Amino acid sequence: MASMNQTTQFDLARQTVREANQFLHDVLEGGLEDGNVHQVEILHPDGNHSIAAGIDADVVVDIRGHAGYFVAGMNCRATVTVHGNVGWSVAENIMSGSVRVKGNASQCAAASGHGGLVVIEGNASSRCGISMKGVDIVVGGSVGHVSGFMAQAGRMVICGDADAGLGDSLYEAIIYIGGEIRGLGADAREEPMSRGDVATVAELLEQARLPGDPRQFKRIASARTLYHWNADAGQEY
Amino acid sequence: MCGIVGLLLKNESMREQLGELMVPMFTCMAERGSDSGGCAFFGDAEDPTWRRFNLYVSDRAYRWQTLFDAFETAQGQQNGAGARFHTLENHAVLITNDDPAAVRAWLDGRDPKVHLMSVGRSMDVYKDVGDPIEICTRFRFAQATGSHCVGHTRMATESAVTPVHSHPYTAGEDFCLVHNGSLSNPYMLRRSLERQGIRFETDNDTEAACRFLEWRLSAGEDLSSALTSAFSQLDGFYTLLMATGDQVCLVRDAFACKPAVVAETDEYVAISSEFRALAHLPGIAAAEIFEPKPEEIYSWQV
Repeated sequence: MASMNQTTQFDLARQTVREANQFLHDVLEGGLEDGNVHQVEILHPDGNHSIAAGIDADVVVDIRGHAGYFVAGMNCRATVTVHGNVGWSVAENIMSGSVRVKGNASQCAAASGHGGLVVIEGNASSRCGISMKGVDIVVGGSVGHVSGFMAQAGRMVICGDADAGLGDSLYEAIIYIGGEIRGLGADAREEPMSRGDVATVAELLEQARLPGDPRQFKRIASARTLYHWNADAGQEY
Repeated sequence: MCGIVGLLLKNESMREQLGELMVPMFTCMAERGSDSGGCAFFGDAEDPTWRRFNLYVSDRAYRWQTLFDAFETAQGQQNGAGARFHTLENHAVLITNDDPAAVRAWLDGRDPKVHLMSVGRSMDVYKDVGDPIEICTRFRFAQATGSHCVGHTRMATESAVTPVHSHPYTAGEDFCLVHNGSLSNPYMLRRSLERQGIRFETDNDTEAACRFLEWRLSAGEDLSSALTSAFSQLDGFYTLLMATGDQVCLVRDAFACKPAVVAETDEYVAISSEFRALAHLPGIAAAEIFEPKPEEIYSWQV
């Protein structure tokens, strides 16, 4: 059972993801009575899927190694750190709290996230922040193709480069990028950085504890030409 | 969903362990595909005039000896060329220095139950329908040795579940391919290849990709340039993992819809659909782990 100032450990070489997640869900959801934040450490993740998914608790989770798909999916309030790489869809549909990946993330990082902060210290692959709905994402390295696709709200800071199709069909999310853009997606455009934008990048880099000069970033936002049906367009398929 | 695995050993002293290292990769990926499974293993090459013909029948009690006796009789009537045989349940390897085209023709006209799965100097292909973990045990994958292998666990989405429809697919000699994904224009490719006189054995989309690539290879292209042609011809979703006698090659479609992860050390290159299939490998903690980019060709030489 949980007690104050104690770290609960799960070793996935001997225990199941189900056991770890059940603890994170049932035991901690009400919060600790003494108001302390509980710590949970997960050893030997070995690429298993859905580790620490569906938490709704003030808990600090450290995953020691490479994890699989859907790590910390739907996260509420928890602070989850993966000391390794993650597979597809880390922090998918995150609502609040924060998820940090010390290594690289595979596709669809923070997909459809509503709130909270997702930090990928290494590179994120394709479709990072696809359909994000309010989450903040900071990527220390580069992102793969079609990142920020149909992103609706929130901010994504990319310190490195972006592959083709960045911000394709963007809605109102804003992308800030420090490196090279290997192709913008349809309806995404570069806009001038305002003082407010520089302050936003500085604030997000600070929250992410990642280095970078906010003044060197470019702002990518929607040109909003896809918002309305254009009956005059050729419509040739 | 399907699972793919591949392992190429750079360290020659590990070749005895090829199967042992590959089995946990394969059984882990059985969760991604449970209706069929298969693997191609590449060992020491036969002398240039010899070929290994991998044969399959669905009957596990098939009397291979009858077939081999008939083969030796047919050989004796001609030139007395040599032949060796190995059998394992419903799988057999016929190793001979007879003219490969003549052997193919002889097998073709023989028992219609016997299917020729592969021809090559160094490649053996085992595949069947059923639980991939059981296939692994039945065909003793753990005991396999060699320099490299590619395997597949299938969850069929677009054509029948039969032994012939399971992967790896082969074409020509010492070339095989496994595929996770689905092609949307296999019939178009197929029609254009059939006009070149290329024969198909199934209605499966992967076979179209396999025969297309082998058609380019047999025209003298290397695998990289064959794949460059494939990028403009193949439409659909694919992670393709291919092997020849001395090479393993990996590509993903332009959207990179189907997963792949690579772990490379000084000792080996390991490829899988998911990292968890690689987590057991020695030295994995220090391996360079990366995800292949869309439409980039990754290849490793033995």
